[in-house]
Amino acid sequence: MHWVPGSDRLRAVCHCSAARDFEDPVALWDWLLAHPSGHRPAVPEPTPVPAAAGVS
Amino acid sequence: MTSIPRDQWYVAAYGREIGPALFSRTVCGESILFWRTASGRVTAVADRCVHRRFPLSELPTRLVDDQVVCGYHGFTYGADGRCVAVPGQTRVPRTARLSTYPVVEQDSFVWVWIGDPVLADGTTIPRAPWLTAPDYTTVSGMEPLAARFGLLVDNLLDLSHETYLHGGYIGTPEVASTPITTEVDEAAGIVYVSRRMADAACPPFYSRSTGLTGRITRWQDIEYAPPCLYKLHSRIAPVGCLPDPDGTDLDAFHVEVVYAITPETEHTTHDFWAVARDFALDDEEVSAFLAESNRTVVLQDVAALDVLERVVASEEDGYQELSINIDTGGLAARRILARLAGGRVHQVTS
Repeated sequence: MHWVPGSDRLRAVCHCSAARDFEDPVALWDWLLAHPSGHRPAVPEPTPVPAAAGVS
Repeated sequence: MTSIPRDQWYVAAYGREIGPALFSRTVCGESILFWRTASGRVTAVADRCVHRRFPLSELPTRLVDDQVVCGYHGFTYGADGRCVAVPGQTRVPRTARLSTYPVVEQDSFVWVWIGDPVLADGTTIPRAPWLTAPDYTTVSGMEPLAARFGLLVDNLLDLSHETYLHGGYIGTPEVASTPITTEVDEAAGIVYVSRRMADAACPPFYSRSTGLTGRITRWQDIEYAPPCLYKLHSRIAPVGCLPDPDGTDLDAFHVEVVYAITPETEHTTHDFWAVARDFALDDEEVSAFLAESNRTVVLQDVAALDVLERVVASEEDGYQELSINIDTGGLAARRILARLAGGRVHQVTS
């Protein structure tokens, strides 16, 4: 569970990689413990285009 | 229903408390008699004579050659709990035996198994190796707490209370204002709570012991192995001083704060505390300062939790609470404890 920097929100990350933000730690726990109900894998971050490898 | 998990290891005493004399302590509602036998081993048996229930820790009961002679009628027991003599007859009833408790002496603690002895596995006891490590110096103590053990778990899992309850000792404004990260290892049953302060005031507890005078980088990494052992890995360093990439950390001060949270009864607790440091190892002034300061801090918690116990006990059924972000670790611990106790967690609202 991460306290989202600069906010009052909590981000829960399940072992299945599902993640969701909450304002309430009790609701957060209810959601985590309900796995797999309502858990969808987190949307992956866009993969950055790799820079061309230099040749030396 | 009890909130105290059974079939668990609990710290009953420091090893130094138990010598070749009778010593009694109640753990999880069970009164246990300890002594150190001639071989150096700690033995633990029920502190009640099987005859008329006289407490064997009470005078004029005495210990003679590793045998306990009951001070009431003279029933005599060996270190294995077996009765070897009864008054006025040669036949010793077959059932005349004190129940015994599995014991492990480790990391300066005497651990006792509360529950079915068949299930006891000493290898599962969580470790606190700093307490006896040669490269650390440790001060320790134990304070009686007139509150249920769950209140102390709540207290230790949320260190933001340091700012308010322990200001001037270990609390500074940054503790309460720095967000935490909480992680639960369900398989191992461990709760981790981490608070890393990059630029914080140095409280007297650390400035006087380390000699640091400016602002500090202060890490508080909690590792709680329910039900009994709580460890706070504390790292103190000048602002901006981080461990090397390979993990070596020679420029920081490390303090391992260890608590053993042992229920005495449903409403009272043994609050064992220890502070191990990897600096000023031979400085007795630092040892005396840390011992006195930490005991003061513990007694501040004791005073607050004793009051809280009286309030909570009077509102036992369905009292309402409010949980916020700082309580995430405490809620995790409650759920694990409820599972270990075989019951449901007290429902809280937010």
